Amino acid sequence: MATTTQTWEPTQSPAAAPDNYLTHTRGITSWIFTLDHKRVGIMFLVSVTICLGLGAFFALTIRTELTHPGPTILTDTTAQLVSKLTLSNTQLTPQQMYNRAFTLHGAVMIFLFVIPAIPSALGNFVLPLQLGAKDVAFPRLNLFSYHLFVIGTVFFLLTLMLGGVDTGWTFYAPYSVETSTAVATAVVGAFILGFGSIFTGLNFLVTVHTLRRRGLTWFQMPLMVWSLYATAIIQLLATPVLAITLVLLLVERLFGVGIFDPALGGDPVLFQHFFWFYSHPAVYIMILPAMGIVSEVISVHSHKHIFGYRMIAYSSIAIALLGFLVWGHHMFVSGQSALAGMVFSALTFSVAIPSAIKVFNWVATMYKGSIAFTTPMIYAMIFIFLFGLGGLTGLFLGALATDIHVHDTSFVVAHFHYQMAGGVLIAFICGVHHWWPKMTGKMYNETAGRIVALVILVGFNLTYFPQFIIGSHGMPRRYFDYEGMLDQIPHLTLYQIISTVGGYMFVGGLIAIPIYLLHSLKKGRPAPDNPWGAATMEWQTSSPPPWDNFTKLPAVTDPYDFDHLKYDETTQGYVTTP
Amino acid sequence: MSETSEQNDAVGHDEHPPWLAHHFDTPDQQAASAKLGMWTFLLTEILFFSGLFCAYAVFRRNHPEIFFDGHHFLNTALGATNTAVLLLSSFTMAWGVRCAQLGQRRGLIVTLTATLLCALVFLGIKYTEYKVKWEHHMVPGQGRIEALFGVQPEGEGTVPGEPAPRGFHPDIEYVVEHLREADQEAGVRVIAESVYQAELEQRAQYLGTFFGIYFCLTGLHAIHVICGIIAITWILRRAVRNEFSPQYFAPVDCVGLYWHLVDLIWIYLFPLLYLIH
Amino acid sequence: MSNFLSLMHSIPAAILADGSFWLPPPDSSTAGAVDRVFYLVLIVCAVFFIAVVATMVGFAVMYRRRPGHKSERTATHNTALEITWTVIPCLIVAYIFYAGFSAYMQMQTAPQNSYEILVKARKWDWFFTYPNGHIDSDLHVPVDEPVKLIMSSDDVIHSLFIPAFRVKMDCVPGRYTYAWFRGIKEGTYDLYCTEYCGDSHYDMQANVVVHKSGEFDAWLDNAANFYKDLPPAEAGEVLFTRRCNQCHSNDGSAKTGPTFKGIFGQEHKMRDGSSVKVDENYLRESILDPQAKVRDGYQPVMPTFKGILSDQEIDFLVAYLKSLQ
Repeated sequence: MATTTQTWEPTQSPAAAPDNYLTHTRGITSWIFTLDHKRVGIMFLVSVTICLGLGAFFALTIRTELTHPGPTILTDTTAQLVSKLTLSNTQLTPQQMYNRAFTLHGAVMIFLFVIPAIPSALGNFVLPLQLGAKDVAFPRLNLFSYHLFVIGTVFFLLTLMLGGVDTGWTFYAPYSVETSTAVATAVVGAFILGFGSIFTGLNFLVTVHTLRRRGLTWFQMPLMVWSLYATAIIQLLATPVLAITLVLLLVERLFGVGIFDPALGGDPVLFQHFFWFYSHPAVYIMILPAMGIVSEVISVHSHKHIFGYRMIAYSSIAIALLGFLVWGHHMFVSGQSALAGMVFSALTFSVAIPSAIKVFNWVATMYKGSIAFTTPMIYAMIFIFLFGLGGLTGLFLGALATDIHVHDTSFVVAHFHYQMAGGVLIAFICGVHHWWPKMTGKMYNETAGRIVALVILVGFNLTYFPQFIIGSHGMPRRYFDYEGMLDQIPHLTLYQIISTVGGYMFVGGLIAIPIYLLHSLKKGRPAPDNPWGAATMEWQTSSPPPWDNFTKLPAVTDPYDFDHLKYDETTQGYVTTP
Repeated sequence: MSETSEQNDAVGHDEHPPWLAHHFDTPDQQAASAKLGMWTFLLTEILFFSGLFCAYAVFRRNHPEIFFDGHHFLNTALGATNTAVLLLSSFTMAWGVRCAQLGQRRGLIVTLTATLLCALVFLGIKYTEYKVKWEHHMVPGQGRIEALFGVQPEGEGTVPGEPAPRGFHPDIEYVVEHLREADQEAGVRVIAESVYQAELEQRAQYLGTFFGIYFCLTGLHAIHVICGIIAITWILRRAVRNEFSPQYFAPVDCVGLYWHLVDLIWIYLFPLLYLIH
Repeated sequence: MSNFLSLMHSIPAAILADGSFWLPPPDSSTAGAVDRVFYLVLIVCAVFFIAVVATMVGFAVMYRRRPGHKSERTATHNTALEITWTVIPCLIVAYIFYAGFSAYMQMQTAPQNSYEILVKARKWDWFFTYPNGHIDSDLHVPVDEPVKLIMSSDDVIHSLFIPAFRVKMDCVPGRYTYAWFRGIKEGTYDLYCTEYCGDSHYDMQANVVVHKSGEFDAWLDNAANFYKDLPPAEAGEVLFTRRCNQCHSNDGSAKTGPTFKGIFGQEHKMRDGSSVKVDENYLRESILDPQAKVRDGYQPVMPTFKGILSDQEIDFLVAYLKSLQ
């Protein structure tokens, strides 16, 4: 779309004043109603981090409860206490609390953290900068996306106050139609968040098409942009289907229109089809931007041109498109025909290939590089480790025979946590560290970063690896208690204890990150414009960037060619040499 | 917010016309972005409706007889009138966009007003159709809706002291009578009256599936019409204030596209719901 | 190639035949096939995972940034290499797909002569109906005979899972689903619900008892006519443990429903404010139409036992409740 017919008008720097987007205007309303993509990104960053904390709280509740057979912390006493805190009059039982805890853990993590984390927080900040643009195409819509996110979050909090919801984050009908918990507010919340996500995707798609800096061709775009572009396609094509599904679920629950409720002639399996038609592609909404971050970080911190740029870019688009054809693999035991099972299984394997290609490319990129063990690089390697394991265990779930056995067991729980937490969350942390100097103008403490990264790696594997084993032995997911299966699954309690200990280690590591990052705001060394020696455009402007992103027109170069960058001792950053 | 954009404009953007946002370089770029954004949005709208169309397809394939029975309760004449009204409104909308392109302010105001009137007529007709259904208790979960307005639940399926039931609880006599007439017209021969009566009552119950989908589809469409009315009113206001010019008319263009989509969806709804054979 | 693959197929099965680390013992006729696919995938995973991580760590160590070490320019892409690492995984996953699918087809197609058992799932109980009309809350099957389960649900979606048999299938309200297996070893196994179904989802478990050949028929006959030699109250106690004790206690302790201890003859307040004396008629009504009169302080959640308990069985239960004074 060649629409830029006139030349770029660089914003004149106002007499080299230390003016940046953080200091340009002041006051709380200048943030809440900002149209600046960087500020919207920062607000998203803060919000999703808080939501992550909420989700992690529920996660630890679940983990602690499962440490021992029988009620552990969710007892009649705590149930009474919690019942008093909610606005509903019902007296909860321990198992009801557990069911609410895992539902809220899933819903909060998926809708409030994993989906918006990378595109809305980091993507918002980085995308226009990497394109050499002054903002996203529709700044007002962008702000509106954030406001929708806040409203959706409020609905989730309302759900919490009304006593929570106990359907599982998947809202399967007919259980979600008949349970007496606060399904309606949760569904409305997810619906609103869905629209926020659609608008973000729309914004990014248009931005990539029309706001690329003049002269920047598609194949000169950073891979982060490619992956956000692929993500936007999925957000636009899949999320509306979720929206209508949630609307129908809501009217089914309130009025009984007979679409999903079998008691009224509806079809509960249709709900699953609709739900997974969104929610499987949604998995790629989550993981594609993560892959984008890792592509950037590996190349930059190895000072090595990315290997197979085009294959990585194409594989993002391939994943986005193939991801729409595999939803049925969530339903192999739902009673769908063997033919459907066969087709969905075959398609599922086809989507594994582009992901594998990316992993090979990342590793090949490191070959003969100059690899700095910076915190982002360590997280990128942790990503490859965890995402590799998560992806490979997906093969068990794609193969029909083995999926039948491990479906809905903690094997699946372990698998998708390796992808969602080990993939998306780790990449998110990786990206936050990578762009922290650009966002805040400060360098964080590398030693703290490295130690915490290793704690997280160990804690993570302790938490989730045992769940593969107990899952393949038949431990079903979403079970409040496992006393009855102690004689069936060897060492079950031991595995559960390891998992809980790992969980605390993992969360402990996560808590340390904001502490040392916030500490850097006060005490950190000022960041140079280009601390890592990266060649994408966001590193050509100052740290933090000015209000309009660039004071002088950034140069279009190969985003992964680092030969012209030299380390400069005085600024402790990289500068361009002719 | 306005303060910040003023400051931005002060920094070397003096040549920007006021309607050109600061982050765009040229009017063309802005117009292209708006157009692409709108088309993309329309795509998501189609996908939004597609879920319902999909549900329609599944249920109609599995239970064609329910849909055949159901369409007897819809007034084809009113549906056809509404189709004509919306087609006319699409025509006036397209004309309005042309007026905006040519800078004809008066023409734009007249055509937009005509479009608005058509939209209101459409909703009026839709209202009379809904009213008939409401009177015969043919809205799924009607008791629940009435309860919102303080009406005591009554009729089929209600338990004293409990909230009104979900689902389809129509005025059985009316529905059975209507089905019987339709059968007579179609020349269905009745062998045993008592069996036939029971069958009719069963068929009346099954109509819940049809009306569930009918109200979801047309209700969602009606909400889109209302959104369209709001959008058209907004650009009408801007047209009155003379904010558009042959250089800048993207909002008219975008609202026009949206309105055509609303029209298009109805073009599909009408045969799918009213004209079933 | 195919020789190599069949080798890949048999080695893991030989090494890990007892299957104690990853999988429970394979005690149905199709479990072995599933396990072979499982171990095949496990080997593929291990090989790829170790190769990728070892290469990554190796590069990280060899090319770590240090004084005097510089990044070296190498090719930014290599078509032959990239095609190789695309095609090889393609072939491997194609084989895994084929292996998974063929084992799945065995699990899908029940033999013609299968013994049929109706399965009804309901929050949070299993009901297994045998051809002679006996309904049991555990699944009893004869060894070495194919058994076909015809499953449905009364309320929400449940899923029947027998880990030792590698069998899993959803029970969906409003339609029938099927599963089959042939137990190859007698013994008692666990059966779980794996589709989340509400409060006591975790407790929706049953036993699968695989009987010695020849003993199943005797068991079934005895189970259906267990009351022959028992006084009514004792027959009622058997029924109580089968049908009621999930929600009702017989010792005064609190559960979802009221305790049965001393309940007969008491007078209780109902949710609608009326008062009812617990007699034979009330008990019978509460079993067949539980929502008609719900006791104050309890939720109207009890499902009906119409069609599950016969008239005679209700008589036994009433006799048992009378005995709990």
